[in-house]
Amino acid sequence: MPTAMEIYKLLPKTNCGECKFPTCLAFAMQLANQKVALDACPHVSPEAKAALEESGAPPIRLVSFGSGDLAVKMGDETQLFRHDKTFYNPTVLGLVADDADGLDAMKAKIEEAHAMSFERVGQIMRVDSVALRHSTGSVDDFVEAVKTAAGRELPVVIMCDDAGLAAKAADACSDRKPLLYRATASNFDAMVAVAKEKSLPLVVGASTLEELTELADKAKKAGLNDLVLEPGTESLADMLVKMTAIRRAAVKNKFRPLGFPTIAILGPDMMNHMKAAMGVMKYSSALLMDDMPREMVYPLLALRQNIFTDPQVPIQVKAGLYSVGEPTDKSPVMFTTNFSLTYFTVRADIEKSKIPAWMLVVDTEGQSVMTAFAAGKLTPESVAKSIDDFQVKEKSSRNEIIIPGMVSRMSGKLAELTDMKVTVGPRESSGLPKMMKTLSS
Amino acid sequence: MGFEMPTEKYSGRIKEVAIGATKDQGGTRTARLIAGGSNGLPFLPFESEMPHPPLVAMDVVDTVRMVPEQLQESMGAAVKDPVEWAKKCEGEWGADLCVLKLQSANPEEEDRPAEELEALVQKTLQSTGIPMVVYGCGFEEKDAKVMEKVSNAAKGERLFLGLAEEKAYKSIAAASMANGHGIVAFSNLDINLAKQMNILLLDFGMKPENILMDPLMAPLGMGLEYSYSNIERLRLGALSGDPVLQMPMICDCSCAWTVPEALEENPERGDPELRGVYWEAMTALAAAVAGADVVIMRHPRSVTTFRNSIKALAGGA
Repeated sequence: MPTAMEIYKLLPKTNCGECKFPTCLAFAMQLANQKVALDACPHVSPEAKAALEESGAPPIRLVSFGSGDLAVKMGDETQLFRHDKTFYNPTVLGLVADDADGLDAMKAKIEEAHAMSFERVGQIMRVDSVALRHSTGSVDDFVEAVKTAAGRELPVVIMCDDAGLAAKAADACSDRKPLLYRATASNFDAMVAVAKEKSLPLVVGASTLEELTELADKAKKAGLNDLVLEPGTESLADMLVKMTAIRRAAVKNKFRPLGFPTIAILGPDMMNHMKAAMGVMKYSSALLMDDMPREMVYPLLALRQNIFTDPQVPIQVKAGLYSVGEPTDKSPVMFTTNFSLTYFTVRADIEKSKIPAWMLVVDTEGQSVMTAFAAGKLTPESVAKSIDDFQVKEKSSRNEIIIPGMVSRMSGKLAELTDMKVTVGPRESSGLPKMMKTLSS
Repeated sequence: MGFEMPTEKYSGRIKEVAIGATKDQGGTRTARLIAGGSNGLPFLPFESEMPHPPLVAMDVVDTVRMVPEQLQESMGAAVKDPVEWAKKCEGEWGADLCVLKLQSANPEEEDRPAEELEALVQKTLQSTGIPMVVYGCGFEEKDAKVMEKVSNAAKGERLFLGLAEEKAYKSIAAASMANGHGIVAFSNLDINLAKQMNILLLDFGMKPENILMDPLMAPLGMGLEYSYSNIERLRLGALSGDPVLQMPMICDCSCAWTVPEALEENPERGDPELRGVYWEAMTALAAAVAGADVVIMRHPRSVTTFRNSIKALAGGA
C-alpha cells in the first residue's frame, strides 16, 4: 500500500470537500488506511487512478487454481522474513505423473497424491495437487490422465510445451481451473493465447531473471494477470538466489513484472528433496515433484506447517484426554496445556518413562504452562472443568492428578474442587520419567 | 522494465572463531577449523561473502541411555563406546569436528566420577584428530568439577566447553579461560538472552573470539519455526552491526531424534529410520539457511545429505 503522502501527491489538492473530508490530505490518510474508496473523489484523474490502483495492489499477486474445497492459493506474500509478520499461503506441493511411464502408472500416481494426507496437531496436511506431464509418451494417454485427474478432487497442473495439446488437455478439465505449464520464449504467443482464451493461470518460464522479467511483462501486456514464475532452478544455490531475488524485487522494490507467485520443478533424488525443503523456507509458492517418498513427504509437510505458522498465533492441539501407551484405569493422570510445543515435549517425556499414562490437555488458547498460569488461562477451575468434561474419573480410578511443578500453587484449590489427590510433578517435564517410576501402582 | 538484482549490504560481519589447535598451535589436532566470517545472509554470493560454509559436527553421547534404540541398531556397536563412536565420526562418517556429550556425569543417573570422564576425553583426543567440543550433563555442580578436569587434561587443544547458561556460566567460563579453550553460550530461544549471555561472558573476561552461541535449535515439528526465526533475527542483528551478536552460532540438530514422530512406527509415513534421516537433515538445513555456522548432527546418512546440500549451496555461485 502507498503511504498517505504518496497518495496525496496524486490527488487534485483542491480541498473541495466533496469526498466528505475537509482536505485532500485528510482523504489521502483515510485511503492509506483503507477506510474509504478512491471513488469517493469525483475529480481524481484517470492517470492518477490507474497509478493508485497499481500501487495499491499487493506486491505479489494472489493466484489460485483448482476448484472446490481443495482449490489452492499461491502468492499474496508481503514479507521477506516470517518474524516480520507471517507467511500466508503455504507452498503448494504437487506430484508429477509423466506420460513416459504410461497411463496406468499415471493413474497410480494420481491416486498416490490423493492418499498423501495426514493429520497433525489438529490440521490436515496434504499433498495439494497433481501435475500431468507430456514428455515422450502417447498424447492420448496424456489427455486421458488429465481427464482422470479432473475426475478426482485435487487441483490439476497441465504440463506440456505444445500449446495445441495444452488447449486440448485444458478442455478435458475445463471446469476444474487447471494451472497451465508453461510459456517460454519458444512457444510464448501460442501458450499465452491458450491461457487467455480459457482464462487460466499460466506459468512463465525462463532460465535467467532478465528473460523472465521480459516474458512476464510481455504476458501482462497481453492481458494475462494470473501468472506464476518459473525461474529455472538447476542447483540448490541457483534456487535460493533466484527465489530470494524475486521475492526481494517484488516485496522490497515493488518491481511489478516479478510480483507473482513462483514455482520450481524438482527431480526424484534426495538432493531434490532438500531443494523442496529449501523451497518451503525460501519463497517457492509451488513445488512440483517427480517423486514423493512417504519418508520425505511427512517431514516436508511438517516443515511447511512450521514455517507457515503465524508467529502470533501458536499452533494448538485439541483439548481432551489423550492416552500415552495403553493406559488402564490404574494408570496415572497428568495435565498440561494445549500449546503444541508443550504438548509434544510433555508427551515425549511421558513416553520415555515407558509407563502408560493418561494425559489431560487443558485448553489455554495455545499458551504454555507458565504463560497461561500468569494470564489466568490455566486455573484450578479450568483444570477441574476439563477433568469433568473429559470424564477423567471414569477412565482412571486412581483419583489422583499429577500437576506441572510450575503451578504447584494451585494444588490446594484443585484438590478442593475435584476431591482428587493432587501430586506436584517436576518443574520441567524432563523430570517426568524419574518421577513416574516412583509412583505407586 | 529491466531487471536489476536487488542486493543488500550490511555493516556487520560475523567473527571468525577458531576451533581446535594443531601441533604448531600447541595442541594435537590435525586441523584448526574456522567458523563464521560471513558478512551477509547465508549462501547469497551475489552480495556477500561466506568464507566458511557451515561446519558439520557429529555428536558422541557417552551413554546409550540417551540414544534411541533404532539408532543403536543402525549406527552399530560403536555407539556403545564413545571412543569408537568418535573414531567413526572422524573416519567413515567424515565429521569436521566432534561434540562429546558427557551425559553419564548426570548425578541422577550414572553419576560417573569426573576422573573417569577426564580419562574418556583424553582417550578420545588420543584416538582422533578432529577438533572437539565437550558438553557437560547440565547439572551445574557436577559440570564444574568435570569441566575443570577436562580443561586441564586437554590444555592447548582449544576445545569448546559447554553449555554456559545464564545462571551457570562462571565455573565453566573459568575452566575454559584457564587453558585457552573456548566456550559455548546457551540461550533459550530468546534474542535478548543470547545477547545477555555474551555480555556476561565478556564481562567475566572471556574474549569474543572464544565464544560460540547456541541459541537453541528446536527440531522440526517441535518448535523449529521459533528457532528458525530466532536465528534469522540474531543473524540480522549481527549483520546490522551489533558486536555482541557477532559470535558464530552452533545449532544442535541431533535433537531431531528426540521427536517421537521422527522415528515412530507408522506404515503410512514409510520407513521410520529414513524418515528420521530426513527429519534431521531438514532440521539442519533450516538452521543453516537461517544462519548457523556450525551444525551438530547424529546420523551418518543425514550428515551426507546435509553436506551435499551445503556443497551445492556454497559451490554453485
